[in-house]
Amino acid sequence: MSINTEATPYCEDVIKKFAIAAVFWGVVGFLAGDFIALQLAFPVLNLDLEWTSFGRLRPVHTSAVIFAFGGNVLFATSLYIVQRTSRASLFGGNGLGGFIFYGFQSFIVLAALSYVLGFSQGQEYAEPEWILDLYLTVIWVAYLIAFAGTIMKRKEPHIYVANWFFFAMILTIAMLHLGNNIAIPVSLTKSYNVFGGVQNAMTQWWYGHNAVGFFLTAGFLGIMYYFVPKRANRPVYSYRLSIVHFWALIFLYIWAGPHHLHYTALPDWAQTLGMTFSVMLWMPSWGGMINGLMTLSGAWDKLRTDPVMRFLVSSVAFYGMSTFEGPMMSIKAVNSLSHYTDWGIGHVHSGALGWVAFVSFGALYDLIPKLWGRKEVYSLKLVGVHFWVATIGIVLYITAMWISGIMQGLMWRAYDSLGFLQYSFIETVEAMHPYYVIRATGGFLFVLGALVMVYNVYKTIKGDVADEAYASAASGAR
Amino acid sequence: MFKHHAKLETNIFFLAVGILLTIVVGGLVEVIPLFSIESTIEKVDGVRPYTPLELAGRNIYIREGCYNCHSQMIRPFKDEVERYGHYSLAAESKYDHPFQWGSKRTGPDLARVGGKYTNDWQVRHLINPRDVVPGSIMPGYKHLTRSLEYSDIASHLKVNRIVGVPYTDAQIVNAKKDVEEQVFSDAGSSPAVLASYPKAMIGKASINLSTANPKVVTEMDALVAYLQVLGTMVDFKTVDDTKIRR
Repeated sequence: MSINTEATPYCEDVIKKFAIAAVFWGVVGFLAGDFIALQLAFPVLNLDLEWTSFGRLRPVHTSAVIFAFGGNVLFATSLYIVQRTSRASLFGGNGLGGFIFYGFQSFIVLAALSYVLGFSQGQEYAEPEWILDLYLTVIWVAYLIAFAGTIMKRKEPHIYVANWFFFAMILTIAMLHLGNNIAIPVSLTKSYNVFGGVQNAMTQWWYGHNAVGFFLTAGFLGIMYYFVPKRANRPVYSYRLSIVHFWALIFLYIWAGPHHLHYTALPDWAQTLGMTFSVMLWMPSWGGMINGLMTLSGAWDKLRTDPVMRFLVSSVAFYGMSTFEGPMMSIKAVNSLSHYTDWGIGHVHSGALGWVAFVSFGALYDLIPKLWGRKEVYSLKLVGVHFWVATIGIVLYITAMWISGIMQGLMWRAYDSLGFLQYSFIETVEAMHPYYVIRATGGFLFVLGALVMVYNVYKTIKGDVADEAYASAASGAR
Repeated sequence: MFKHHAKLETNIFFLAVGILLTIVVGGLVEVIPLFSIESTIEKVDGVRPYTPLELAGRNIYIREGCYNCHSQMIRPFKDEVERYGHYSLAAESKYDHPFQWGSKRTGPDLARVGGKYTNDWQVRHLINPRDVVPGSIMPGYKHLTRSLEYSDIASHLKVNRIVGVPYTDAQIVNAKKDVEEQVFSDAGSSPAVLASYPKAMIGKASINLSTANPKVVTEMDALVAYLQVLGTMVDFKTVDDTKIRR
C-alpha cells in the first residue's frame, strides 16, 4: 500500500473530554476508596446516616474506579488509538463520540446516586438496577459502532494488535453485561435476577471475574500495546507472542470465575475447572508481560530518564506480579486461607493500583500533551513525584493487606491447646485495626499522587512549561 | 499458523466471529450443566420461599449492601462448622434471587445467624453495634426504625414466582396480610402465616424500644425477621449426611 501523505483529520475533541473525565473520576474514585478505608479503621466515619454507610459507599468506590475512571481511560485511549492505527477518523465523528461521552458520564452519575439512595441489584460490580443496565447497553452499542466503524474505514490493511484487545473487551463485556443482568422488574428501581442461588453465583462470577479479565485486563493490554512501543520508540517485541497470548488469554479467562467460589455450594467439578484454568491463565498473562517489558530492549535507559515510561513499565511489572498472585490464590489449598480475607482486597489493589491505574497514568501523561498540541507535560519532574508517592502508597496498601489477610485467615482457624477455637470473631476484627490504618495511609498517598497529576494536567493544558531541561532531554522519546 | 492469522487481522468480521467463538465456550461449559445436573441442588426438606416480611427484610439487606462485609456461605472446614454451624448447602439458597453468598468477611458469616441472638439483641446491634459488641466496626442503622413500605409486596412475590420461586396464588393474594400477621401476632402464637411458612419468626422485633411505634411495621421488623430465619429452614438432624456430602 502506498504511503498516504495526506494528514487524516482525527476526531480529538471527544478524546480530550474522555481524558479529562478520566482524571476527574480517578480522583473521585480514589477519594471514595480512601474514605471507606478510613471507615473500616474508624467506624464513626459511617456517620450513622443511611447514605454514608460503608455498605452503600463501597459500590460507589468500586464503580467509580472501575467504570468511571477505568472506563473513561478506555474510551479515551481506544478511540484515540483506533483512529491513529487505522489512519481513519472516528466513525460517527464527534457527534457519535459526544453521545457516548455524555451518555456514559450521565450513567456514572445516575449509578452512583442510585447506590447512595439504596437502589442496588446486590451483585458485586453489577449493582446498577435494570433500567440503568439498559441505558448502559445503548451507550455500549454506540461505542461498538464507533470503534468497529472506524476499523472498517481504515486505510491500513491490518488491524493493529491493540485493537484486537479493545475489540475483544467490547464484545465480551457486552456478553457478560447482558448475561448477568437478566432480571424481571417489579418497578423502575427494583428487579429480581432470573438466576438464583448456585446458578446465580456462577453467572455472577462468570461476569465478575471477566469484568477484571476483559475490562481491566484486555482493555488495558490494548493501552500497553500502543503506548509502550510508542513511548519507547521501539517495535512490539514479538508479533507471534502477541497472537498466541491474545487468543489464549481471552479463551482461558472466561473459565476462571469459579475460583471466587471455592469450597462453596458450587459443585466441585466447576470449582476444579475454575482452579485449573486460573492456573493456566498465568502463562498468557506473563506472555503479555514479557511482550510489554521486552519491547524496551535497547531502550531501558528511558526508565531512568523518562518518568512516564517508568509508570508504563512499572505497571507491566505489577501486572506480572498480580497475575502470578492470582493463579496462586486460585489453588484451593491457598484459597481456603485467603478467601473472605483482606488478602483478596490486597490482590485486587496490586492489580488495580499497580497495573490498571499506573498504565492509565502513563498513557494519560503521554496522551494529554499530544491532544493539546504540547511538546510534553508541564513538568516531568512532577510525574516523577507522582510516581514515587503513588508507589509508596501501593506498597503500604498491599503489604498491610497481605499481613492482615493472612493473619485473619490464620486466626479464624486457630485452636487453643484444649481444642477450642482460639479467637472469637470480634477479636480478629480488632486485630485488623493497625493494618486498616496503614492501608488508609497508603490510599491517602495514592490520592495525593493523583492530585499532583491534576495540577500537572491543568498546567499542561494551559500551555505552561516548567522545566525545559527535563523536557528537552526526554523529547527524544517521542 | 501465523500466516493464516492474517485473515483474522485484516477482516473485522472474521475477527469478531473468532473472538465470540473463543469467549463463549467457558461460560457455556460452566453454566449450562448447573441447570441440568440433578445433584447440583441437594434434595433436603424444609427450604421454603421467604415470608413476605422476610423478603422485604432481604431487600433491605441488599439495599444496605450487607453483602459487602458479610458472607452467607459456610465452607466445609472444621473451624467454620464449629464457629458458624453446618456447612451451607446449595439447596438453602435456591430461592435467593440474587444469591448473597458474599466474598468478604469483614464481619462474620451470617448463613446461620437465625436464632443465635434474641430479637432485642439484633435490634440494639443494628442501631448501634458498639452498644453490644464494643470492638465492632459495623455502621449503625438507626434509620431502620422507620416504617416499612410494603404496599406493593404482592407484586414482589409475583415476580419471584416468574423467576422460579414457588409462591402459591394464596400466598400472593395474602402477601400484605401476611406481613401484618407475622409482625402483630404474639410471639409464641401460631397464626395462619406460620402454616404457610414454617419456622417464621412471629412477633414484633422492635417492640422493646422506646423509639419503635407498635402500630406500624418497621424496616427493622422486616430485616430482623429475615436474619432470624437464615440457616434455620433445614433440620440437619433429619438429613442423611451421605446425600449431601461433597
